[in-house]
Amino acid sequence: MPSIDQFRSVPVVETLGDDRTMVLNMGPQHPSTHGVLRLLLEIDGETIVRVRPDIGFLHTGIEKTCEAKFYQQVIPMTDRIDYLCPMTNNFAYVLAVEKLLGLEIPPRAMWIRLMLNELTRINSHLVWLGTHALDIGAMTVFLYCFREREEILKMFEMVAGQRMMTSYFRVGGVSMDLPLGFLDYLKNFARYFPDRIDQYSDLLTNNPIWMGRTKGVAHITQEDALELMLSGPTARGSGVDWDLRRDMPYGGYEKLEFKVPLATEGDVYARYQVRMAELRESIGMVKQAIANLPDGPVKADAPKIVLPDREKMKTQMESLIHHFKIVTEGFTVPEGEVYQGVESPRGEMGYYVVSDGTAKPYRVHMRSPCFANLNALGVMCEHNLLADVVAAIGSIDIVLGCVDR
Amino acid sequence: MALQPAVTDLELLKDRPAVACLLAGLPGALQSAKFDRDELTLWTDQIHLIGALKLLRSSATTRFTVLADVTAVDWFPSEPRFEVVYSLLSHERRERIRIKVKVSGADPYIESVTALWAGASPFEREIFDLFGIRFQGHPDLRRILMPDDWEGHPLRKDYPVEGYR
Repeated sequence: MPSIDQFRSVPVVETLGDDRTMVLNMGPQHPSTHGVLRLLLEIDGETIVRVRPDIGFLHTGIEKTCEAKFYQQVIPMTDRIDYLCPMTNNFAYVLAVEKLLGLEIPPRAMWIRLMLNELTRINSHLVWLGTHALDIGAMTVFLYCFREREEILKMFEMVAGQRMMTSYFRVGGVSMDLPLGFLDYLKNFARYFPDRIDQYSDLLTNNPIWMGRTKGVAHITQEDALELMLSGPTARGSGVDWDLRRDMPYGGYEKLEFKVPLATEGDVYARYQVRMAELRESIGMVKQAIANLPDGPVKADAPKIVLPDREKMKTQMESLIHHFKIVTEGFTVPEGEVYQGVESPRGEMGYYVVSDGTAKPYRVHMRSPCFANLNALGVMCEHNLLADVVAAIGSIDIVLGCVDR
Repeated sequence: MALQPAVTDLELLKDRPAVACLLAGLPGALQSAKFDRDELTLWTDQIHLIGALKLLRSSATTRFTVLADVTAVDWFPSEPRFEVVYSLLSHERRERIRIKVKVSGADPYIESVTALWAGASPFEREIFDLFGIRFQGHPDLRRILMPDDWEGHPLRKDYPVEGYR
């Protein structure tokens, strides 16, 4: 076996480029890389020969930190992985821990989770659409998207007290019931939102400039998509008919009716179409969740795992003891390991949690969809024009927090 | 939904497609198996890894064509110290399976699966970066998340959470 020194990094720039081509550095501080992505572009004139992503600028060691926290303390860390879809990450993590514990949650909590999870998807897709269009030069869409996103963030603030880092889900349910007036606000939003999707669509779908910038650009075939481990809308734009919500339902998705949008062209425009259709499906799911929302508790009846209500904690000795024990010592989880994959707005978000029987996870690994999808950028951009790199980055919808963890 | 005890007896699991496929197609590859919390885990060794993955990918009864995830777990101080974990997914059969390989702590290396799935490349680089496990045959094994001149591998259990000061 070669020694480890041989694998120490070689200077990246020197390995790229010959007489004919030049190497251009893009990022990490570049507005259209959606964060701190650095790209090394080898170009021949204006044509891309090779793209090499350089990541890690946002690496905060979340997986390591999780090993030093109690199970319930990991939840706020999961928000910060993918800050555009905090609830999806909360959802995947609590589902994994509940699977480890064998814990069932009450129906109301389940429907609230589904409702907010789909709202999160809309939130994330709105940021994607706005910034993607902005990158390609359509400024107006951005302003409209953020108008609706603001409404969603307001609703997040209502339920969780936080606009972005919600940490609203708990192992065994959600942290508290929905506030008064929330459902009316959401119903109103669900009433006018489909109309707003039409507005975005009117601006882009048949816009000749938009089509010129996106059709046939950054193409990827179905075989390549599978080989490169792509998932989510990026893969569905290439005809990979796979959605975990439909095909391996988790957390109650089997009770919802929805279609999985699919496109086969595999270019930026196809991925745009898939996500636009997903917006409509998601708001439909939110409506179903509102209609099906039952009354009842929002936390499982598991006093050794779920924190007691404030009122009970102040009046009952038993609850006070449980509260004290959970906060100071955490709750123990039986030995074992689970992998819980969920369909995040970007693809398969998987949480692999290993328990050694103590109150802290032995290992938490996040299978991040952006991390895998980013790898396709090289294949997508080959032989495309330099200006299309920006369109390609937008179309795979990366969040650098999710890539670097 | 009370927890069922894990099933580790190969005799009881031999009807599962993945187990049956490995037992018939690649004798000696399957070291042990576990069915726990509705998830099937199979252990194989370094020699049989690539063959087993190829077989599970192509066999008509399994069709695990998608590699969903690659990661590792450090069981310091026990030996063999590391476990490399492959999560396979079958779109057609809507099933997941976990393949594990134990890797020694003294000289941690394992065969790369990038020849089977090109997308495994960044995942293996991440394991190399954070655990220090080397992947033989990987086209571009460099650090990916940590700075290039970083010393040590942060996700190892003997690496302090606060880092070395």
